[in-house]
Formats: sequence, C-alpha cells, structure tokens
Amino acid sequence: MSTIIENKDTIITKTSGFPSNDVMLDLKDLKKVYPTPKGDYVVLEHLNLQIKKEEFVTIIGHSGCGKTTMLSMIAGLNPISGGNISVLGKHIKGPGPDRGVIFQAPSLMPWMTALQNVMLGVNQVFPHATKAQRNDIAKYYLQKVGLEDAFNKRASDLSQGMQQRVGIARAFAIKPKVLLLDEPFGMLDSLTRGELQDTLIDIWNKEKITAVMITHDVDEAIFLADRVVMMTSGPRAKIGDVLDIEFERPRTRKTVLEHDDYYKYRKHLIDFLEH
Amino acid sequence: MKQSVTLGKVTKFMGLGFISTFKDLFTGKLEKEDYKAFLRKVIVPVASVLLFLGLWHLGANALYNVEAEFRIEKALNEQGQVAADEMAACIASGDTSCQPNTLPSPSQVWTSFQSLLNDHALISADKVAFKEKTAALNEKRVAEGKDPIVYTGRPSFVDQIFRSLKTVFAGFFLALLIAVPLGIFIGLSPTLKSAFNWFIQIFKPVSPVVWYLLVFMIVKTLLIDSSEDSSFSISFIAVGLCSMWATLVNTSMGVSSVDKDYINVAKVLKLGNFQKVFKIILPSSLPLIFTGLKITLSVAWMVLIAIELLAQSPGLGLFVWEEFQNGANDSNAKIIVAMFVIGIIGFLLDRLMLSIQNWVSFEKTDAI
Repeated sequence: MSTIIENKDTIITKTSGFPSNDVMLDLKDLKKVYPTPKGDYVVLEHLNLQIKKEEFVTIIGHSGCGKTTMLSMIAGLNPISGGNISVLGKHIKGPGPDRGVIFQAPSLMPWMTALQNVMLGVNQVFPHATKAQRNDIAKYYLQKVGLEDAFNKRASDLSQGMQQRVGIARAFAIKPKVLLLDEPFGMLDSLTRGELQDTLIDIWNKEKITAVMITHDVDEAIFLADRVVMMTSGPRAKIGDVLDIEFERPRTRKTVLEHDDYYKYRKHLIDFLEH
Repeated sequence: MKQSVTLGKVTKFMGLGFISTFKDLFTGKLEKEDYKAFLRKVIVPVASVLLFLGLWHLGANALYNVEAEFRIEKALNEQGQVAADEMAACIASGDTSCQPNTLPSPSQVWTSFQSLLNDHALISADKVAFKEKTAALNEKRVAEGKDPIVYTGRPSFVDQIFRSLKTVFAGFFLALLIAVPLGIFIGLSPTLKSAFNWFIQIFKPVSPVVWYLLVFMIVKTLLIDSSEDSSFSISFIAVGLCSMWATLVNTSMGVSSVDKDYINVAKVLKLGNFQKVFKIILPSSLPLIFTGLKITLSVAWMVLIAIELLAQSPGLGLFVWEEFQNGANDSNAKIIVAMFVIGIIGFLLDRLMLSIQNWVSFEKTDAI
C-alpha cells in the first residue's frame, strides 16, 4: 500500500519539475541507509527535489527526519546510498567549494582572525588572484555582513552571532554555485537571529546564489524562501509537501508580516507539521 | 586593541597569580571582600609551610634522640660506662666526629645551603683565577695548534644544577623531535596507529633504569672509537626516551580527535593535505600537544636524577649520590638541599611550559 503512494508522489514531483536547463540542483530518487546490527535503517528513500537557479529553498520538518542528512549528502560530506545528486547536470563526487556550507555551529578556526578564516576559503578558490585581490574579496564580504571593525579579531573572541556572520562571509566569498545552510541561526537568540536573517537576505539579494536552507522556524522559512519544502517524518523520509511563497523581492520583515497571504502560508506549514 | 601589560596579567599568565596578591597587600589595594581571598591565597599557604617546618623540626629532633641514645647504649655495652659518658659528652658538645647521622633539621639544611653557596663562590673565584693564569699560555697553545688547558677542578653545586638543566633540556628536545612528528603521523593514519600501538603500550611503562641500560648498550658500542666521555650522551638520550611517551600519546590523540566541523570545513574547501595539516590539524591539536610536552618535561626532570646517578654523569643526581656515599656530617643536609632545589626547579619548569603554552595556543590554560 505504502509503496503505491510513494510511487505516486514520485510521479507527481517528476512531472511537475522545471525545464531541466533551469535546474541548478537535482536530487533523484535519493536514498540513505545506515546499517545497524538489527538491519538497515533507511533514513531517506525516494527523495526527489529539483531546485532552480537563483532559487532560495527552505526545508522544514521534524527533528530527526533526515534534513541534515540530506544536506550533508548534497555537500558531499555523507556518502549517497542510492539515487544521485547533480549540480548543473553533473553528478557530484565528494565535497567541493562549488557547494558552500554554512554549518549550524559557526565552525570557525578559533586560532585565526575573522579575515584569516575567510581567506582560508578565498585562497583556495582564487589561487590565481593576487594577494591584494584576495584580501579585497575577503574584506568585501566581511563588510557586507557588518564586520568591518573586526577583521583582525580572533574568532574565539567574537560572539556567537558575529562568528556566524563570519561563517556567512566565508561561504559567500568562495562564490559557490549552491549555498547549503544547516540551521545556521538555530543556536542564536531570537533578536540576533532576526538581525542575521536580514544580513543573509541582503547579501543574498545581491549575489542570488541558489540556496538550500534547513530551519526549524516557520517564520524564518517563509521570510527567506521562494519555496518551502516540507519533509515527512522518518524513517523513509521524503518530500511531503511544497509551498510556493510568492512575496516579491526584495522583502522586508514588515511587508512580509503585513501581507495578507502570510498567515495563510503560516497555517499551511503548521498544519503540515502538526498533522 | 593594544593591551597594557601589568604585573597581574603577567603573573596570571605564568600561573603565579599569588604574587600579585602580595603586591596588592603591600600597596594597600586590597578591598574588604578580598580579605577572604587573601586569607586563602596567602595566609593558608604560609601557615601550612610553617606547620610543615615545625613538624619536620620535631621529627628530626626525635630521630636525633633515638640515634644518640643508641650510640650511648652501644658504647655502654661494648666499652663500659666511661666510654658511654664520653660519648654523651661528645654528642652534647656538638663535636662533628660523633654526631648522630639521621634526618637533618630545617636549620641544618639551611646552613648546608649557605655553605654550598659559599663553596660555589670559592670555586668560581678559583676558576676565574685559573683562567687568568692560563690565558697567555692557552693563546700560545691555540696558536701552536694544541688544545687549550681547561679547568678540571670539581664542579660546585650550582655548576651541577646547570649541568642537570643542560641534560634535561637536551633530553626534552630529543623527545620533542621524536615524539611530535611521530605523534602527528600516527594520529593522521589509522594504519600507522595500529602499527605503533603495541610498541607504545609496551615501552611506555618501562622503568628509566632499564632505558638507561638499553641506551648504554647502544651508545657505548657506537662511541667505541671515541675518546669522549659518553656519560652525557647516554644520560640525555635515556632521559629523552623515558619521557617522550606522554608527548607521543597526546600528540597522536590531539591530531586524531580534531573537531569534525573543522575537518568538514577543510573538505568543503578542498584544502590540500599540507594545508590541512598545518592550517587546521596542528593548530587545533596544540593544546593537547602542549599538555604532553608539559608532562614530558616534568617526567624528564624526575627521571634525570636517577639516570645521572646511574650514568655517573655530572649533575644533581650524581651530587646526591656522591653525598650519600660521602657520609660526611653534613651530607644528609646537602641531600635535602638538593631535594628542595630539584623540587623548585621542577615547579619552575612546569610554569615555563605553561607560559609557552598560553603564548602559542588559542586555549588559555589555568595553572593547577
């Protein structure tokens, strides 16, 4: 019985796909299995998702449903058990700087300064640029995230929010094709979280890098996304529902909150999560 | 962003925070709520030292009396009443020929300490005089291509200390040069780890004495043609081999347990192996490497004494052994002086390592 429904879902998502030349990131029939002594544990199965160029997709779902597993598979940090992932039609092989990651913990090298942390990536991605050019790139993105006064501060001396700003600068500075965000604001207080959402969306509006972001926060999901993807609870998690958010960009928090559709979207998401 | 350097910061950095409390006391900067801290940090340690000295004094006195009574009784049993009375009078008079030989009292130790310093001053003066006397002759000898005449008198206590420090640092750097690179390779490669694990587990608990004998066997043969004194090489190599295990284990553990997030960052950025090791793995394992080095230095200092003693290599270990063999009236007191000197230098070496660790590593470690 359940396999029939799964197949039906697969068909729906496949047929409602976008023209393939617009597709940046394509997950086909993705599967993740963790072997356990009691037999295989299937985290994800028959997961299909296509993400267009310059699209911002947020992924929402219950804890432990496999969102992070999916994201780390896209990043190439977690091996794929079945199906495939392609970026611009090319199957991914392991991690690479074409898929920038903003981790849940800022994951900065605490012994480096903010600038050195960003330069670590920039040096790697632009090896042919001059030292001054690379410095300029790193400084530009640190300015963009509001850290023009903290270039030479050690990462360990920065607050959690500022560290995550460096994380954002580091991810954008390597100019990835796809940006993967794993609950990047989950560890911050709500005030800082709001500020960082604004920073993220400002810089994203300029760069328009295809982004996939995991979040637990319904409001964050609506505010940032073009599409909200809802995942079913595991095991054998897959895409449960997709909601298009049709607010115009650039958005401000005020216009979004005052928009008539906002509560409709919000209700849709909460209904899915509570069902 | 310039930070002013104050006494408080410097002493805290070096793990000697109590010094600034003293300073606050004398400059009258102590607040009311600081008195509790003052009591805990100054009064209690001073009181415990005084208590220790008092107990020591009483204990030494008791042992002295036991030994004195034994001597008198022995004289009585073997030579009769007259000899016993003579012995009692002799002991009471403080004559060095018949003093009971036992645990010296704190004041005797202090006297010996001063006499050792005087002895050092004498020997230093002697050395200077010797140098002046032989300066002209040595110049001539060097011009003729001969070896200059060197001072061959006995070393003073202070010379022995410096000789010991030289040995311990030579051993420490040997341990560092072997253990840190090897630890990094073992930490990076699970294959190397399983290759070396049995080796580490078996050799780690081996006693310094056995290490010394092993090194002795090898170095003696290697230097068979050399006329040089091999005792220094043998002792520092043995010290290095005894003490390197802590650094080896800590380094490999630090390297193999780098935060997974950092490794993920390196993977996403596709850092090369060289960059991964030098920019991420090494800096992040520095705190553990330094913990290992700190243990290594203190172990090196601890085993040094035993090894110098065995190797007959000049230094504090040999000093202690010679005093013990010597059996002079103040030998025991000199041994106790050496014990305190060894302890205090060990403490200072530990603080030195802590300062270096806080200097180079991103994690600040407090003194224990």
